Parts: sequence; structure tokens; C-alpha cells
Amino acid sequence: MPLVMPDLKPITPEIVMTCLALFILVADVFIKRKETLALLSIIGMAAAAFTFALPGALNTTFGGMFISDGYSMFFKIVFALNVILTILISVKYLAVERVNFGEYYALLLFSTLGMMIMASAGDLIVLYLGLELMALSTYILAGFIRYDMKSNEAALKYFLLGSFASAFLLYGISLAYGLTGTTNLDRIAMTISEKGLAGKPALTLSMIMIAVAFSFKIAAVPFHMWAPDAYEGAPTSVTAFMSVGPKAAGFAVIGRVFLMAFPMVRAEWVAVFIPIAIMTMAVGNIVALSQTNIKRMLAYSSIAHAGYALLGIIAGTADGLASMMNYMLIYAFMNMGAFAVIIMLRSEGFKGDAISDYEGLSKTHPLAAALMLVFMFSLTGIPPTAGFMGKFYIFMAAINAGYTWLVIIAVIFSAISAYFYLRIVMNMYMKDPKETVTLTTSPSMGLALAITTVAVLAIGVLPAKVIYLARVAFP
Amino acid sequence: MTGLFEAIVGPGSLDYIINLVIMLIIILLKIAAVVAVALLHVAYATYFERKVIGHMQLRLGPREVGPLGLFQPFADGVKLFFKEDIIPADADKPLFYLAPVIFFISALTSLSVLPFFDGFAVANINIGLLFLFAMSSLGAYGIVLSGWSSNSKYAFLGGLRSASQVISYEIAMGLSLVGVMMMAGSLNLSDIVRAQQHYPLGLFAVPQFLGFFVFVVAAFAETNRLPFDLPEAESELVAGYFTEYSGFRFALFFLGEYTGMLIMSAIASLCFLGGWGLPSFVTAGLPVVAAKVLGLFWFLAKVYAFMFFYYWVRATLPRYRYDQLMAIGWKLLIPLALANIVITGLVKIWIKGMV
Amino acid sequence: MLPKLFFGYFAFAIIVLSLLVITRRNPVHSVMWMLLLFFQIASMYLFLNAEFIAAIQVIVYAGAILVLFLFVVLLLNLREELLTNRFISAWPVGLVFAGAIFAGAVSAVAAFVPNFSGQYTVDVINRETHTKALGQALYTDFLFPFEIASLILLIAIIGAIVLAKKRMRS
Repeated sequence: MPLVMPDLKPITPEIVMTCLALFILVADVFIKRKETLALLSIIGMAAAAFTFALPGALNTTFGGMFISDGYSMFFKIVFALNVILTILISVKYLAVERVNFGEYYALLLFSTLGMMIMASAGDLIVLYLGLELMALSTYILAGFIRYDMKSNEAALKYFLLGSFASAFLLYGISLAYGLTGTTNLDRIAMTISEKGLAGKPALTLSMIMIAVAFSFKIAAVPFHMWAPDAYEGAPTSVTAFMSVGPKAAGFAVIGRVFLMAFPMVRAEWVAVFIPIAIMTMAVGNIVALSQTNIKRMLAYSSIAHAGYALLGIIAGTADGLASMMNYMLIYAFMNMGAFAVIIMLRSEGFKGDAISDYEGLSKTHPLAAALMLVFMFSLTGIPPTAGFMGKFYIFMAAINAGYTWLVIIAVIFSAISAYFYLRIVMNMYMKDPKETVTLTTSPSMGLALAITTVAVLAIGVLPAKVIYLARVAFP
Repeated sequence: MTGLFEAIVGPGSLDYIINLVIMLIIILLKIAAVVAVALLHVAYATYFERKVIGHMQLRLGPREVGPLGLFQPFADGVKLFFKEDIIPADADKPLFYLAPVIFFISALTSLSVLPFFDGFAVANINIGLLFLFAMSSLGAYGIVLSGWSSNSKYAFLGGLRSASQVISYEIAMGLSLVGVMMMAGSLNLSDIVRAQQHYPLGLFAVPQFLGFFVFVVAAFAETNRLPFDLPEAESELVAGYFTEYSGFRFALFFLGEYTGMLIMSAIASLCFLGGWGLPSFVTAGLPVVAAKVLGLFWFLAKVYAFMFFYYWVRATLPRYRYDQLMAIGWKLLIPLALANIVITGLVKIWIKGMV
Repeated sequence: MLPKLFFGYFAFAIIVLSLLVITRRNPVHSVMWMLLLFFQIASMYLFLNAEFIAAIQVIVYAGAILVLFLFVVLLLNLREELLTNRFISAWPVGLVFAGAIFAGAVSAVAAFVPNFSGQYTVDVINRETHTKALGQALYTDFLFPFEIASLILLIAIIGAIVLAKKRMRS
């Protein structure tokens, strides 16, 4: 059985990313100024993103194991933005935390590579391996501040529960393989319909196992327990990274697997996801109310946002999927922006992650306060910010698919969320500063904030372009 | 009786069962023969060692018991057998009992896949080489557990040292043999021996000289022999992991170690030095039985040559420091072995391209 | 008849040994039962004509991973460890969930019917040897996953070095 050289054009971005990450790893030995590595990573990532548009990039290769289509491209753009913004906001932060190592950038890139593979996976084995590549890198990043007990705790909890989720995923995959004799998503769907496997308890069990595993990854309730501790303890830049990247990757594979491999058992998986979505929105928004640490609060907020995005999956229509993809992009911008402000507050000897630290920020640092205001409005979903548009399209799609009652629940929880987001705004604008907060600024941080703010406002005012992109991407 | 039996398990199965029993008896006889011969060899390996090292150090070695001291191993055995069996206070008894047994059994089990001459191995399995790795990796349990269960600091340190050493060098050893597997295209030890006959001098040691070098160094470390005998460094750790053992349990460790050396020598002989493979002009005129017997002796000669090398090195080289040991394993041997794999693969493709 | 007997024995042994592993109070003893468990699993692979996987199971799991477990466990303070409870107080909840998953798995078994065989039948594997067949599959059909797996291993090494070795506060 000779090896036929597979078509490598669709996989060029991944190859470029692999080379880039390996190069950064080696260059770390020779380059003393780690900022150079950050710059190189961004340039390389941009180059990899450029190869998305090469001719022949949209194709299926490796015998259907790797699918490069509009859907995966859109997610890859989100991942690329995510990693570039993360690198921009972490340059100075790493120096403040005294963990300025080159491996950080290599691990970020490897993690992004894993996400890209996940988004393109046409085979459950590839999907699982991509997920592990992403997750393993992120576990290490979460524990990157080694001398900090909280960072250690974050890494350990994330790792243990992530491994638990992987076990579920593998069990689900093995059941699906046992039933259909293949791990290829397309062929699974074919075999299910050919053999009339729909409705068999084994298939349902397999589907539930896989759903549980992905719910861990997107931190949906009741599989969210790791998120608050992991988000709070991890380095803030990593928290920003993992609140967007792995979540988007999780949604990418949920969309891919459930719509591609399990369309025949749609009723069943919708029945699984609806309670998960409701619980996610409820727990995320209600528990966030009582948080005093802003990273923890954003962790619960991130849980809640996963709940909204699940509505797009539940709707299951092309519009639903497109609105979910769109939401991930918008969420990337607004969440990154919010974390950028949090990172600015961190300085030598000052944590700056308690909500009370924001009291009177508008008096001492009006610009930072104004930016935080924009991101908080966007996370709440107040027009004219991008967050409003994201929620609006998701709710529209769900209503069109006939889930009006679910949307009403979502709107109620969305209203509750205003309380804890706007509490930050209130702290900033209506209270007097207790202690002087010094901001740690840098040009790269400024650039990141500029990008995110402009994007949040621009998408809020002119959403059509992004919506169009997502709508075209999803066939 | 027969009717009743067939009624229970189905018709025709009685013959099947009888054949099975006969087969089992044959296997048991083979095992008994191999174990007995191997233990005899082990006993005389100790004698051989003391003689060789004695002469290298300008002494005479054992010469009191029997002619030329030939009965010395038996005297040692009897002495160890009748010594008091001491169990330290607060030792974890089940594990303390179990550890030497694991160590010894894992060494003995490895014997089962070795082909001593053409067509003879207790179990001629397809994954012979992997089986040897598997069993040698189990030996680490005996070491770690004996170190831990003794409830003694010396033993514990020795156990930890040894386990990390064995695990580290196992990687290098496994990788060094990958070149051999690639050239032979098989993991079956008999096939590997046969494959070597097509090569110059009938050895893999020539084309696989890198692999052979790595293997030899790793084999010394795997068996905890000088210059890598840090786990039992007398000057630091008394006797390492088996400090607290006495009597027959001590003897089991001793036997296990020498069996391990014999097995390493046998692997070297089979995988790199041509094993029982004789040149065809020698075997051409001989009857099959004679050729096989000659093959057996040819194989044993190589094994003993390698054993002699073990003793020679022991009498010559000083002990390494622990960090040096780890550095050699991870930074020198493993990269070398990997390079060997790449080179072997490239040459194989190149030769294929020429043909 | 005989194969079924063997299968039954291994399956039973795996269950019993798993229970022993999780119920021992002394973690070193748990590890030792786990070692036996790995051997039973390896035997199960042999039973399925997967000799290479069986050998790897012993070499990698029993020979490397479990020894590392043992290393970690040996460094625990055993006197304290023996006094702590084996299970946290919420174990009945866990038991209920485990029972539910077990029931689900049992109900799922009925759907498995041996009605198809892939490219690698027992005959092919016996002819080609399992190692060769596996190698060919890995380096042709499954080349892509294989390469990703190699990256995962690389990450694991980097992670171990970054988290354990790297000098802090440089």
C-alpha cells in the first residue's frame, strides 16, 4: 500500500503555523529580547492567515480527514485574531508577572494550531487530536506563573477536568465507531441513515457523551465547574486567550459534528442542548452577580455567553450557525478588550483584579474607564455596540427556527446580566477613587485596545459586513 | 466417561483437549530445560566473573571449593539458602516478599523468546523483541518496590536511582534496536538472525555500528553494571535497593541481575552479532542436527564473549557521577539512536531506489 | 468454548482488579493492582490478535507510565495518606452517576452487531503480522492524525520543561 501524496494546499495554513511555532521555540534560545519573539509570532500568524486565501485552499484532503471550507475559514480567522490580540496584550504583562519566556508564544501558537485543526476536522480522530493539542498547550499556559499557587491550581483543575472531558469524548467516539465502523463524519451520517441506527440507545449514548465532552470545552453548565477557578488563577492574558479560543473551537466542532455526523438524530441532541443552554444562561448570569473578583465575574459571564451562542446551534438552520459564528467573532473582540483593560490595571505589586479596584477609575484614568464602558456595554448587549448585534442575530435565528420561548428566557437572563456588567461601570463613574491606580501601558497594548474598540463599535454600527461574511461562509 | 465429557463440552473436543494437554506438557518441558540450563549458566557466570576479574587484578579468584574452585557457585548457593531471612521492622511485608520475585521472574520470562539455535525458542512469537522490552521494563518494579518496602533510606535512594536509570536507558536501548528492526523488517528474533546472513560478515553490528554502540552502553546501564552501577554504589548506598535483603531473597536479586546480563548478551548476540547464524559454506556439508548444535555453540560463544566484555569493563572503568549518567543517556545516546534510525531509513530508501 | 472461557476470565479479572485499585487505602498497593490490571488488558489485546498493542500496553503503560505513578506515590507521606478517607464524602453521588452510565452502556450493547469487517481481517493480520499492518495503516491512511499526535508529545515535553525546570524571576 504505497502512500499517495495528499493534497497539501488546503492544509497550508496549518503547516505554516507548525513551522512558525517550531521556529519560535528554537529562536527563543538565541533571542534575548522576548518582545522580538512576539513580533515574529504576529508576523508569522498574519502570514499564515494570508495563506487562507491562496488558490486551492478550499478543499478536502487526507481522505476526508481534513476539511477546509468557508465554515472552518471563518473560525480560523477568529483564532488568528484571538492569538494576535493575546500576544499584543501579553507583551508587557509577562514582564510584570516575571514569566517572560519565549515558550509562551510557542505554546499560544500550538494551541491555535490545535483549534485550527479542530475547526477543519472531518474525522473524529483528527478532531480529538486537535482538541488535545489545543487543550494541552492551554493547560500549560494556565499554570505559567509557576510561583503563584492560584496559577498552579488553575492549571491543575483545568487539566483534570479537561482530561475527564476527553475521556467522555473518546467513549463517545468509540461507541460511534463501534456502531458505524468509521470515524469519518460524513460516513458516520451515511451509515446512520443506511442502517437506520437513529434512535438506537447506543447512538444516543454516543451522542450524549460527545455533547458532554464539548460542553466541558465551552464551559456549559453543568460542566462549567473548572471555568471560574481556571479563569481566575491563570495569567490574565491566558484567561483572555482561553475564554475566546477554546470556546470558539468548541462551538466550531459542535456545529461540525452535530450537523454533519448526527443530522439524523437532531431531535435527540436538541433535547440535550436545550436544558444545557437554559442552565448555562441561568447559572452564568445569576452566579456572576455575587462575584467580587473581575476575572471570576468574567468567567461566569463567559459561561453565560456560551449559553446564548448555543441557541444558534439549537436553531440548527444556516442562519443559526451563521449567527453563532458571528457571535464568536464579536465575543472575541469585546472579551479581549475587557481583558486588555484588566491587564492594564495589573502593575508591579498591584493585582488590580478586584471589582473594587475599579472605583473612581473615570477620575484617575478617564480613557481606560471609557474603553471599559464600551466593552461592558457590548458584553451586556446594549446598542450601538457589537454585543447587541451578536445577540440580536442569534435571537432572530432562534425565533425563526421556532424557539421563541427559549429566546424569551435568554432575554430575561440577558437583562439580569446588565446588573453585574453595569456595576463595574457604576464603580468607575459614580464612586470616588480609594487608592491611586497606575496603568501599565505599552504601544502593543494600545494597538490591541484600538483594534478591539474600533471593531466593537464598527460592528455595532455597521454589522452587515460581518453577518454577510458568516452567512457566505456557511453553505 | 467420554460420553459424559462430550455431552458437556461438545463432540470431538476430547481429542482437542488431549492434544492441548500434550502441547502443554511439551511446552513445560521446554521451559524446564531452558530455565535449568540458564540457571546453570548464571551460576557459572558468577564464577567466570570472579575468575576474570581476579586475574585482571593479579589475583587468582576462587580456587578452594572443588578443582579450580569449580564448585564455588554451589557453595555460595547453599550458604545463601540457609542464611536467616530477615525482614526489617515496619517493612511493607507483601511487597517486600514480592519485589525480588518480580525482579527474578521478569528476567526469567525474557528467556522464553530467545532462539538458542535454529528453530528453537520456547515461544517463537512475532513480537519477540518487544516482549523483551516489556519484560525488562518490569524489572524496574522489583527494584522500586524493594527499595520502598524495605523502609530504609539507603534502599529507597538506591531504588529511586535505579528506576530512573532503567527507565531512561530503556528509551535509548529501544531506539537503538529500531535500526535492527528496520533492516530485518521483523520483530521476530529468529527472523532477525536470518536477515543478518545476507549482510557482510553476517552481522548487523557493521552497518548498525551506531545502534550497536548505543545498545552496548544502554545494556550496561539497564543491568546496573559498572560503570553505571550507581543504584548499588557500595561507597554511598551500602548495597542500594537490596541492602535490607538477606538469605534467599538476596540470592533472587543476584540471580535476576546475572540473568539480566545473560539476556542482554543474548540480545546483542542475536540482533547485532549474527546469533546462531553460521556462514553457508560451514553448514553446507553438515547434517541438520550437527549444524544446529554448532549454531548453539556459536551463539553461546558470542554470549560469553559479551559477558567477558561486561567483566572487562567492570575491572577497567571507574563509576560515573549520577548527573553524568543522566546526561549521557538523554543528551548523547538518545539523539545518536534517533540519528541512527533516520540514517538507516534513508539508506534503505536509497538502496531501494538503486534496485 | 475455550475462547469464551478465556474472555470471561480476563473480563472478570479486569473488573475485580479495577475495584481493587480504587478501594485500596495504601496508594502503593493500588499501583500494584493496577500493574496486574494492565497485564489483563494486554492479554485481552492478545486475545484480539493485536499483539503489537499488547506489547506496547505493557511497555508504555506498565513499564513507563505506571513506574512514574509509583515514583510520585512513593514520595507521598504514607502515614498521613493511610489516615485519610479513600473517597470524598460525595461518593454516593458519584456512584449514582457511575451506575447511570453503566446502565446506559449496558442498554447500548444490544445495538452492536458484528456485521462488517474492515480492510484488516484476522487473516490479513496473521499473514502480514500485526506490527506491519498497524505500521502501514499509521503511515498511509492515518498519517495526518499521526503527525498531530507527534506535536502533542512535543507539547508535553515543552510543558514539562517549562513548568518544572525553567528558572523563575529571570
